[in-house]
Amino acid sequence: MTTRQFGAPVQRREDPRLLTGGGRYLDDLGHTAYEAAFVRSPYAHARILEIDTDAAVDVDGVIAIYTHEDLPGAVGEPLPVLIPHPALTAARTGYPLAKGEVNHVGEAVVMVVATNRYVAEDAVDRIVVRYEQLPPVVGIENAREAAHLVHEDAPGNVSAHLVQEVGDVTSAMAGAPHTLTLELDIERSACMPMEGKGVYARWNSDDESLRVYSSTQTSTGVRACVAAKLDLPLAKVECIAPDVGGGFGVKIMHPWPEEVLVPWASRNLDHDVKWTEDRREHFISSAHERGQLQEVTVGFDDEGRMLALDVRFWHDNGAYTPYGIIVPIITATQLLGPYKPGSYRVEFFSLYTNTVLVTPYRGAGRPQGCFAMERTMDAIAAHLGIDRAEVRSRNFIQPDEMPYDHGLMFQDGRPLKYDSGDFPASLAKLKELVGWDDFADYRAQAEAEGRKVGLGIGCYVEGTGVGPYEGGHIQIETNGRVNVATGLTTQGQGHQTSLAQIVADELGVPIENVHVTTGDTRRMAYAVGTFASRAAVMSGNAVALAAKVVRAKALRIAADALEVSPEDLEIEDGVISVKGAPGSSIDLGTIAVMSNPLRYAFDEAAKKATQFAGTFDVEKPPIGDDDEPGLEGQDFYSPTQATFANGMHAAIVETDPVTAEIRILRYCVVHDCGNMINPLIVEGQVHGGVAQGVGGALYERMVYDESGQLLNASFMDFLMPYASEVPFIETDHLETPSPLNPLGIKGAGEAGTIPVTAVIASAIEDAEGFPITSMPISPPELWALRRAHARKDAS
Amino acid sequence: MPDTTTSSPISTTTSAVTAADLLADEMHDVTVTVNGVARSARVPARRLLSDFLRHDLRLTGTHVGCEHGVCGACTVLVDGSPTRACLMFAVQAQRHEITTVEGLGSTPETMNHVQRAFAECHGLQCGFCTPGFVTTITAYLEDHDDPTEDEARELISGNLCRCTGYQNIIKSVLRAAEIKREEITRDEGGRA
Amino acid sequence: MKPGPFRYLSPDSLDEAVAMLREHPEAKVLAGGQSLIPVLSMRLARPTHLVDLAGIPGLDRIEVRDDCVRVGALVRHAQLLADDEAYAALPLLRQALSNVAHPAIRNRGTTVGSIAHADAAGEMPSILVVTDGVVEVVGPNGRREIAGTDFFAGALETALEHDEIVEAVRFGRFPARTRTAFLESARRHGDYALAGVAAVLTLDEIGRIASARAAFVSVTDVPGVVDLTDILSGMDPDSADWSVIDEPVQAALAPESDIHADADYRRMLAGELARRAFAAAAGATHGGTHA
Repeated sequence: MTTRQFGAPVQRREDPRLLTGGGRYLDDLGHTAYEAAFVRSPYAHARILEIDTDAAVDVDGVIAIYTHEDLPGAVGEPLPVLIPHPALTAARTGYPLAKGEVNHVGEAVVMVVATNRYVAEDAVDRIVVRYEQLPPVVGIENAREAAHLVHEDAPGNVSAHLVQEVGDVTSAMAGAPHTLTLELDIERSACMPMEGKGVYARWNSDDESLRVYSSTQTSTGVRACVAAKLDLPLAKVECIAPDVGGGFGVKIMHPWPEEVLVPWASRNLDHDVKWTEDRREHFISSAHERGQLQEVTVGFDDEGRMLALDVRFWHDNGAYTPYGIIVPIITATQLLGPYKPGSYRVEFFSLYTNTVLVTPYRGAGRPQGCFAMERTMDAIAAHLGIDRAEVRSRNFIQPDEMPYDHGLMFQDGRPLKYDSGDFPASLAKLKELVGWDDFADYRAQAEAEGRKVGLGIGCYVEGTGVGPYEGGHIQIETNGRVNVATGLTTQGQGHQTSLAQIVADELGVPIENVHVTTGDTRRMAYAVGTFASRAAVMSGNAVALAAKVVRAKALRIAADALEVSPEDLEIEDGVISVKGAPGSSIDLGTIAVMSNPLRYAFDEAAKKATQFAGTFDVEKPPIGDDDEPGLEGQDFYSPTQATFANGMHAAIVETDPVTAEIRILRYCVVHDCGNMINPLIVEGQVHGGVAQGVGGALYERMVYDESGQLLNASFMDFLMPYASEVPFIETDHLETPSPLNPLGIKGAGEAGTIPVTAVIASAIEDAEGFPITSMPISPPELWALRRAHARKDAS
Repeated sequence: MPDTTTSSPISTTTSAVTAADLLADEMHDVTVTVNGVARSARVPARRLLSDFLRHDLRLTGTHVGCEHGVCGACTVLVDGSPTRACLMFAVQAQRHEITTVEGLGSTPETMNHVQRAFAECHGLQCGFCTPGFVTTITAYLEDHDDPTEDEARELISGNLCRCTGYQNIIKSVLRAAEIKREEITRDEGGRA
Repeated sequence: MKPGPFRYLSPDSLDEAVAMLREHPEAKVLAGGQSLIPVLSMRLARPTHLVDLAGIPGLDRIEVRDDCVRVGALVRHAQLLADDEAYAALPLLRQALSNVAHPAIRNRGTTVGSIAHADAAGEMPSILVVTDGVVEVVGPNGRREIAGTDFFAGALETALEHDEIVEAVRFGRFPARTRTAFLESARRHGDYALAGVAAVLTLDEIGRIASARAAFVSVTDVPGVVDLTDILSGMDPDSADWSVIDEPVQAALAPESDIHADADYRRMLAGELARRAFAAAAGATHGGTHA
């Protein structure tokens, strides 16, 4: 009996290669390529008056210098608005190289191509750009005030304004026995993958084709953009995501200016060209996320049940909106978490600022939404003097209410309808795990020792696996090797393992025979990308469907050969045999030979498929009317809607009574992503997500000064946590299958990150006894808050 | 960083031409012992050891994550000690023995105890930071055969990882030490 | 993020190195490079020449003498940290060095280099002054010595002339019955400290405080010694109320605000760390005891 792979903690198949220096990340390719570097704007908002490249031209090794004027046709046009939305009334995007105006520090102005990056940077140093500075808009308050505009034709600095309402909030609020209003603030952070972005393009002038390697989360998207911008037939462009050193969202944004410019320069120069982003460039010219100001008003009854929830928030979208308003839409909808709001009104303004643009970062608007909702839950509990877990429990959607339709439109343009989940069971597990009911004793003991401790909690629901679709293609070679391709990309999630597990089960082959390729348009031209915790749901189900196609074909051919009905056959360890008669069998490799009638033999196995081998029925065509050659097949998975995972976290923190230093003593996670393909990988995703959440809660922020300079654009000053800052993470799992897909799975990629800021705020508030409304929080800020509250109490 | 507080509405970014700008690169024939083999290349003085290893010697297992010495992805062993390859010039490496991740085990079959432990414990995700961890941990376990969990955490606290949350890396450290102890016991048993 | 071009010079002797510096007014000395190379890669400094001390013999020695620990210009932090003889002679060295950055940086960075770099956020400048240390300098006119307290002139500024090189530093050893502690607090483990303090307590024959001194990290313009002997002298270290040091400590601080912490917080933190450091030194829970 073949061991079932689905659900087993299978060791990752990509690891030995990555562990021995065998990975091939973007900058590991193209050692002889020309390299690009950029002159980037030193100002947040300015007009470009003059660009003088004379002194750079003479630098030995410089090949080409380009400004916007040099860019022909579509290459010189604004970058696309990837996700238009009716509410996005003032969408603006930048140019690959700035045209006339710059809108954030770091915007590309001049491109230099040289024999290597050192020389390219020498040339960049010698290019002189004259600017006329314009007043910069930095921070949400300034954007909202709109004394100055980022884009002259975007009034009020508003790119989008959207209101959604379910029920009659005004009258429900008026009738509520209690109301509370919270003003909340959450700051910018960023994905900050260990590998920055990068593009390597190889123009082949012999056949006028282009191969583009990009450190991207969507190779099909990049391919389509490059073909359009360079006016090339799609058939002449191929795009490959090599090993990618982390993405977390920033690499789903596309095309980055460099993804247009590098391929164009390669064609222009008829030479390989590469650009490898350095860390400073990543800080000032990639993307950030999270910055929002929020105003929440909630009406509730004496039991703490919400009757009306009215949320307004202002979202900082940075200088441009190429990725539309996906992030604030997600905040607006996923804010509700596992709760029934009674009635709900949400309104947001997406605002321009002269800062790096904002596109999804792991969690993508959900951490902000969760922060708003969970701060509200704690406020209700405090107001009524009810246990915080109990208040949450009273507002939960119950299992028998599933599927639950909130009556809102989600980020995929489809109804926000939860498919499954057991929130009371999750909460019970969490309380058990963290010792919720024993905390009072623990606190009393700590206080007796002069220590301050606090317990925090946060719950979330995450729409995962959004469409439109992903595909799987499976081909079995004559030696039994199974090649699996899916078009979405991998940045460390272990798809070469988890997808192989699914295919091995479906086909009945050893996992060692299964080889998965992702993100290569040569192998699968139709795909969307890796984001929204969708890869396992979408491509997992797609490769399962494709495997069923191939399995059916294999069984049909085998049934003919063995003269039995396909229903009487089974596949185990790559061998098809008649149930109950194991002697009557045929291996998949042989079926692959038989499936492909040949004119020419190239090896021993192939001889059996040639015309004089006498292995076929002369009455029938070599390939049947409805058939295709080869033991291969493909299928696509396209769901009607997203599937909703959920989880609940709790933390115990200690704050130093004097220095306000904050230490996480325990961090507990209950996580429900439906059926787990590989618990080892799911666990790893949770750990990594929590660590990024801890960074966002206590350490990471983008510190802009009033002129729009990013003051902490290095790993020295942008405080990504080391191991010394991340707590041990205790986990427990619930598996509530999704009814929406055959495998019953939900996404797991972003989950860990979502509630952490809310949980830590909750715990610090519990330790300190005053509200925490602004995150992230540092010891100096907590200390200042203590002093402010002490002064208030004294007066 | 240019002065952005200037009151003039028009300002110019000036890149002052220093004497250094006027210098063309002076090339050096650099020979460095890497993974036990003397390797040579002709490079400018400013060639960082990280670039020398990656692009001149094509040993791309050493990764570059920040180029200012904070992330640790480029950590290699210099005479056995973990060192940031981005904070050293190739010309400085000539007197030293360099070990990269490829030198610890360059094929799945020859992975060392640390590499094997990472595979067992899901100690990596995207794999970009991993070589820096593997070199650092390998050096540490040379003279610490049974670290505690706290020591393991401390040991890896100079390297950034954005994927794993470090928990499985700590587990990998403990497991690697265990594998190493098992190997020693087995070797001693074999000799006895 | 690649350095601009420079000429690499590899002198065989200190005299040759000094001559090179004299010849090239925009040359810089390269020892461990852990502070210099990031600055070069970010092109925040553009020296024409780097004078690498690595080939000069004799600079990598640690000598424990009766009155001091002498550390040569090429001694790595890690080497000094691991040196048991130096630890026995002056435990404060190891107490402080274990807070310097991360091990991989300590493996290459030199203790003398971090003193010559004169970053107020560095740990070792304050250790130099609190030990009444001395900087041994070689220049075109031969050798001279600069007291630690005279060496630091401001942020990243020292009393060194362009054509002078620090050959070694001597950290002074403490009298018998001296106890020390070093504490610092950083946003992340291994980062530059928001505040840090070295506390030195010397007791008399009957176990009362005979002298008490402190030096701070990150909260003063230049490293200096805060002498608290007048206040603490004669007290029993086991029952002392350390808050008596608050006033003189606060008077000695000149913290500045930056993106990681404002001046008020650093001031508070330095005060609290000072109390804890003296308590630790007294109890020697974190502190080292000098026999």
